[in-house]
Amino acid sequence: MSELRQIAFYGKGGIGKSTTSQNTLAALVELGQKILIVGCDPKADSTRLILNSKAQDTVLHMAAEMGSVEDLELEDVLKVGYQDIKCVESGGPEPGVGCAGRGVITAINFLEENGAYDDVDYVSYDVLGDVVCGGFAMPIRENKAQEIYIVMSGEMMALYAANNIAKGILKYANSGGVRLGGLICNERQTDKELELATAMAEKLGSQLIHFVPRDNIVQHAELRRQTVLQYAPESAQANEYRELAKKIHANSGKGVIPTPITMEELEEMLMEFGIMQSEEEREALIAASDAEMAG
Amino acid sequence: MPQSADKVFDHAPLFQQPEYKEMLENKKVKFECGHPDEMVQEIGDWTKSWEYREKNLARKSLTVNPAKACQPLGAVFAAQGYEATMPFVHGSQGCVAYYRSHLSRHFKEPSSCVSSSMTEDAAVFGGLVNMVDGLANTKALYDPKMIAVSTTCMAEVIGDDLNSFIQQAKQKGSVPEDFDVPFAHTPAFVGSHVDGYDNAQKGILQHFWDGKERTETESINIIPGFDGFAVANNREVKNMLDAMGVEYTFLSDVSDVYDTPSDGEFRMYDGGTKLEDAKTALNAKATISMQEYCTPKTLEYAASKGQETAALHYPMGIQGTDEFLMTVSQITGKEIPESLRKERGRLVDAIADSQAWLHGKTFAIYGDPDFVYGMARFVMELGGEPVHCLATNGTKKWAAKMEELLASSPFGKQGQVWAGKDLWHMRSLLSTEPCDLLIGNSYGKYLERDTGTPLIRLMFPIFDRHHHHRFPTWGYQGALTVLVKLLDTIFDKLDDDTIIPGETDYSFDLTR
Repeated sequence: MSELRQIAFYGKGGIGKSTTSQNTLAALVELGQKILIVGCDPKADSTRLILNSKAQDTVLHMAAEMGSVEDLELEDVLKVGYQDIKCVESGGPEPGVGCAGRGVITAINFLEENGAYDDVDYVSYDVLGDVVCGGFAMPIRENKAQEIYIVMSGEMMALYAANNIAKGILKYANSGGVRLGGLICNERQTDKELELATAMAEKLGSQLIHFVPRDNIVQHAELRRQTVLQYAPESAQANEYRELAKKIHANSGKGVIPTPITMEELEEMLMEFGIMQSEEEREALIAASDAEMAG
Repeated sequence: MPQSADKVFDHAPLFQQPEYKEMLENKKVKFECGHPDEMVQEIGDWTKSWEYREKNLARKSLTVNPAKACQPLGAVFAAQGYEATMPFVHGSQGCVAYYRSHLSRHFKEPSSCVSSSMTEDAAVFGGLVNMVDGLANTKALYDPKMIAVSTTCMAEVIGDDLNSFIQQAKQKGSVPEDFDVPFAHTPAFVGSHVDGYDNAQKGILQHFWDGKERTETESINIIPGFDGFAVANNREVKNMLDAMGVEYTFLSDVSDVYDTPSDGEFRMYDGGTKLEDAKTALNAKATISMQEYCTPKTLEYAASKGQETAALHYPMGIQGTDEFLMTVSQITGKEIPESLRKERGRLVDAIADSQAWLHGKTFAIYGDPDFVYGMARFVMELGGEPVHCLATNGTKKWAAKMEELLASSPFGKQGQVWAGKDLWHMRSLLSTEPCDLLIGNSYGKYLERDTGTPLIRLMFPIFDRHHHHRFPTWGYQGALTVLVKLLDTIFDKLDDDTIIPGETDYSFDLTR
């Protein structure tokens, strides 16, 4: 067995992280890799396409039911899905209560201590949202994920989130070994999306590892709780994910320490692409509309 | 008022004076509005019934008087066993005050430990600044050779990453780059002090051993584990090893730390494992843990470095000590000397002398997993019968191991194992299935009061009796101390029960 490779997918909520990561990992199996997915999202939806079922029993849910994490056995929470991919969900509290970040720490410690990482080639973490607290940074701390893949799109808030995640990676890059593997653009069909994503990747000192085109087949597969690889293995979209999987597999050890930019720089970039107006343009527009009203 | 400058009452007799008795009675009648005495008595009796016991044992969402402490206490204890080391707990101040007072009240010695004093803003923004300032201040004020970092709940909930924080603090110049700052994450809401001990030990060894080449020597390492009698027990272990002519290194040795002489000079640091020795301990042939449940991760780490490992269970009594000596002998190839053989013989003789008084006595034992195991084993050697064996921090695996032990002797036949239960459970157990003697720590005095079971204090913490920890409980010598404690309690009880002239004193005998 080759050395255990640990990767993580981060990105703004709703960007399609779970969908992209599950499809990509399903494709990675075709390269002969044994995979463990660790869902780090209280919604526990990081593994449903692999398991073809609704959210599974999570580590924290089971722990709460049994009284404590110490009473938990690995078999209680480790499920095996499509192509023998192993799946675990950390789970977490209901919205508005408790601390989901601590849940991620607890779940990952549990998995490590109970040998969930034995006998797999890949561990993939699927982490919600930005790096908002120490708990959600757990997968990028020392000895955890070596590379982070940021799922993003051409929308401003997705770019903003990608930059924030890069800041998180930078914080841990010097103490641990974590690197930015690259950006994955999940097409939203915004203006100049490919160019913008490429430019963003460049600014972060990284690469746009793949541009995943939008295709309704993903929704069709998702409705059936399947990955595209399972639902339509011959489709063009399935090949896109295979392509991405190959790139990630070949990207081992090629990650970089990101160079996140300031908010001003980010806005400037958007202006360059004509997506955002400059202050002057904005004021001119407001003046024009005022004049119109007065006239 | 009865108190006067000429005759000062201590508080115990003071509140027995008529003035105070009257005042307290008035307060009860006029202001407390409590239930009538008969009802209090009735409910009190009901809490000692089988019916209540069933309800009590079914209790799930509440712990009452757990017989365990939290992880950082164990981490602080482990760190204090190293030369000139200041334990540094990353988190809030109150927690650290608790570890210090707990250790001081038991050992009757100062217990040095600092906190990074996290407050509300640190909880929001993370405790990096506290780490940076804290390390710098600790170094400047207390001049330690090593600062061993652990964490409280607060830092763990927000997920502070010690590895990165310490590196950043060093980059910012809090302490020199090459200054020893080992660390361990010790969330207080997981496990207990024995796990914290394990985590801290592993963190310290990783700090010294990671990335280093190992050249095997004949020396062995001893990890004593969390032990309230460490002062005397560590010394006893050294006596035995010296008698065997074994080369050894104690990994964390608090024996001199918690026993500094009063000679007019205050020592903030005294004794402990030399940092140089901790480094070279990597080369040891083997690492022996005196308490398995205090060291699972540490031993696993030592094994990963290529060392042979062995784990014991609080080597108390004959089998416990035999097992220790034979393990050492097997690993090092050194003979067990005649002097120890004689000690063993004397112990067996002493046990035989008192056999009549020990045979068939029933025991309730609680404490840390290894202690309960070692204690139950010794009790059975003496002909006593462990009835209740309880460890709040005992796991299912521990329970299975205990069952196995009890099944190995006819004296263990009525033994019941209670993993994860607390002292309020023990109260029900003692009320419904009474035992002759209770073995535990100072908190057991409330059980002694409520159930009339005489308490023998052999487990940390012992706050209300002094200096017991200065006498060993390990080894053949230690077994003698324990034997005498058990016998003293048995004889004191017998004297108490036969002390009324003309009524019970037929058996108030001069010779027992």
